[in-house]
Amino acid sequence: MFSLESITNAVQDWLNANFSPMWALIIQCAIVILLAMGLFATLGLVLVLMERKVAAHMQIRLGPNRVGPKGMFQTAADTLKLIMKEGLTPEGADKLLFNLAPFVVMIVSMLLLAPLAFSNGFQLWDLNIGVLFISAVSSVSVIGILMAGWASNNKYSLLGAMRSGAQIVSYELSAGLSIISIVVLAGSLQISDIINSQQDGWWIFKGHIPAIISFVIFIIAVTAETNRAPFDLAEAESELTAGFHTEYSGMKFALFFLAEYINIFIACAIGATLFLGGWMPLHIGHWQAFNHVMDYIPGVVWFFGKTFFLIFVIMWFRWTFPRLRIDQLLNLEWKYLLPISLFNLLLVTLIAIMGWHF
Amino acid sequence: MYSETQILKEASAGDIDGGELVINVGPQHPATHGVLHLVITLQGETIKKIEPHLGYIHRSIEKMCESLSYRQFIYVTSRMDYLSAHINNHACALCVEKGLQVEVPPRAKVIRVLMDELTRIASHELWLGAMAMDLGAFTPFFYAFREREAINEIMEETCGARLTMNYMVPGGVMFDLHPNFQKKVKAFITQFKKKVVEFDDLVTNNIIFQNRMKGIGVLSKEDAISYGCTGPVARASGVHCDIRKIYPYEIYDQLEFDEITESAGDSFARYMVRVREMHQSAKIIEQLIDNIPEGDYQAKTKAVLKLPKGEFYSRVETARGELGVYIVSEGGTTPYRIKFRSPGFSNLSALDHIARGGKIGDLMATMGTLDLVIPDIDR
Amino acid sequence: MAFIKQYISEVFGAVRSLWKGMRTTGRYFVRPKEIITQQYPDNRDTLVLPERFRGEVVMPHDENNEHACTGCTACELACPNGTIKIITKFDITPEGKKKKALDTFIYHLELCTMCNLCIEACPTDAIKMAKNFEHSVYDRSKLTKRLNKPGSKIREGIE
Repeated sequence: MFSLESITNAVQDWLNANFSPMWALIIQCAIVILLAMGLFATLGLVLVLMERKVAAHMQIRLGPNRVGPKGMFQTAADTLKLIMKEGLTPEGADKLLFNLAPFVVMIVSMLLLAPLAFSNGFQLWDLNIGVLFISAVSSVSVIGILMAGWASNNKYSLLGAMRSGAQIVSYELSAGLSIISIVVLAGSLQISDIINSQQDGWWIFKGHIPAIISFVIFIIAVTAETNRAPFDLAEAESELTAGFHTEYSGMKFALFFLAEYINIFIACAIGATLFLGGWMPLHIGHWQAFNHVMDYIPGVVWFFGKTFFLIFVIMWFRWTFPRLRIDQLLNLEWKYLLPISLFNLLLVTLIAIMGWHF
Repeated sequence: MYSETQILKEASAGDIDGGELVINVGPQHPATHGVLHLVITLQGETIKKIEPHLGYIHRSIEKMCESLSYRQFIYVTSRMDYLSAHINNHACALCVEKGLQVEVPPRAKVIRVLMDELTRIASHELWLGAMAMDLGAFTPFFYAFREREAINEIMEETCGARLTMNYMVPGGVMFDLHPNFQKKVKAFITQFKKKVVEFDDLVTNNIIFQNRMKGIGVLSKEDAISYGCTGPVARASGVHCDIRKIYPYEIYDQLEFDEITESAGDSFARYMVRVREMHQSAKIIEQLIDNIPEGDYQAKTKAVLKLPKGEFYSRVETARGELGVYIVSEGGTTPYRIKFRSPGFSNLSALDHIARGGKIGDLMATMGTLDLVIPDIDR
Repeated sequence: MAFIKQYISEVFGAVRSLWKGMRTTGRYFVRPKEIITQQYPDNRDTLVLPERFRGEVVMPHDENNEHACTGCTACELACPNGTIKIITKFDITPEGKKKKALDTFIYHLELCTMCNLCIEACPTDAIKMAKNFEHSVYDRSKLTKRLNKPGSKIREGIE
């Protein structure tokens, strides 16, 4: 059966056989960095094209179709344009913070890549507090956005950044609570443990209605955390022109743009891992024959399939709904999502204690 | 001497320390749909004051018309409220006919009304899409434009142009209807009725949309009258001001349609008035499309038109409200003075009043429902 | 209890309304047949413009290089923007009389608003609107056109 684990093990064995342990580690790090950057670049290109195509087809348009077959190289051409553009720093801007902000946002999304399990045994860092790490690090990205907004010396940027701050801080809560409900069910914070606990079925099926509710809340919360429509108040094109990245151009803007899409990917990957079993194929209880058939599809296909399905759902939201107002956004969190997820957490705990889940 | 940087720094610091933030929305801004410039004073996200600055697209159309003959000046008015170009031209043609005492043939009257109502639907469709986009929903824009495209194609076939048709001439219309006109209009009406349900699902009944619109930008009946608001803006506040009903022109008095009014006066009421008005326009078109009388499409007029000495005024209901055309004639071939009473200008004047105390997001919703066309305001 | 009931029904009503919207966009997503995009420069061959489309003013000439313009300047007077400039000359008729005729018909495409008033004004139908709409040129002076072809003359019998 195809497995990425065998490749990684083979590489490690070969390196250890031919180099001293320290050099082997350094080469491994280099390979990982290259792979991570390659993944980021590919994801950026693919997701932007996917978004444009999804949007176009929902809006009875064709979408990009000029550069390359079916417009496949459109995003590559756009990236080339952005690289060649001048990165302007406005007068009166805080130069250090202004130039640092895109990198802070980018680094946060890179850090979040660490605990993701792409396939069985194909994981950068399987730390025992993986879920905690994710929710802790993901909240740092708001600092980058606040820096960008404040340092731009632009009132639109400032308003966008402040909105973003209020929004991300509030929605962290319900995202965290819905993650905790799965942690309670799985009984572990480690990503690999959570995935293994879904061997006989995904949590969204095993955890009855409370798991579905926390899944829905999770999707809403990560949509808000990644500043996507209908919660894109930090950018709010028709209100704040471009919000916190109004003054950015060229590659610095591209970094923000890329970070947005990487964040979506990571948020959806986490959702897929926690609720839909990550790389775990669709298993149903004791149907051995069915489970065996499903095992023939490689884990990495399952992982990317689930993640891209969730990404599609988030794009679907974006191209359907109008934007919320800032006070309605906070109302939604504090009046609806937070009480529901708190109550839901109680139910999940009850289910976990009584062992009512499958 | 201050350097520019210092001034910038002090200006921004002063604004923030005082708790008030002055921002410029426009003249280049995605939500103003044109070169409208609003200077907004904010306290946090709450709007304290709005000051519209006009004149970015002032072309002195009124002065231009003074040097154009009575046949020529009509086409210029297409450039005022370009979304209801037909209706603007209609108002001018009516005013000139009043001066010339020309009787318009019945066929021309019916064609004019048909074109007016098609324009109204097209204008409201565009507004619907643009307003949904102001609120952050992009997709309805494309669905609305698909419907509008059907009307544009009908216009293109009969009038020869899509936006600035210049189809109305003193005494009638420029061409006869295209042979395909009736067939295409009927097909459009069927399509329109089928597809308009989508907007209910996508926009009207959407919970986010309703929360963004209801209770926002409330304009009371008294204020609507005192600000001189007309059209859907005033009718949403319960003012009966449909010129087609209260001062019927052409054949509107023989037609069966309702004047749409709502009582709430908020953004949602303005939205509903326009949506329901589209249905009324479709109803008018349905009544007329099979009953176009035969005959001339243009009354015989002299080659050079001369209005008698005097003052003439005519008004029509455009998609945005009451458009008045006031001509002062000295008896020559060109008007001595022309004044247009444009609906957008008075509707804009209510913006400061109704958007105060709202959030920035509310401003976009309110501005969207006022349906401002900037060249109509500036002229 | 009534409060909780209302709260729950609110939540469900909201979810239903959102789902309805998503159903609409989702339905279009899976139906590529509904796409209305016109791939303009590619569909140039199949592009059909209605016969009344107003693209630019042209003066039709017949096979003998003859047009129908008498040089009466009615179009020049009818034009609101000064788009048309007519230069006339005096031809000598066979009977030996002087007769006003068209020398040059200058048409400023850059000023034209396609209002059709000149075509309406023309007593001899010498000019008409063409369907060509691709007017972009690299040099502004190319937009000033001479409509009567060199060496052309007025068709017999048109006064």
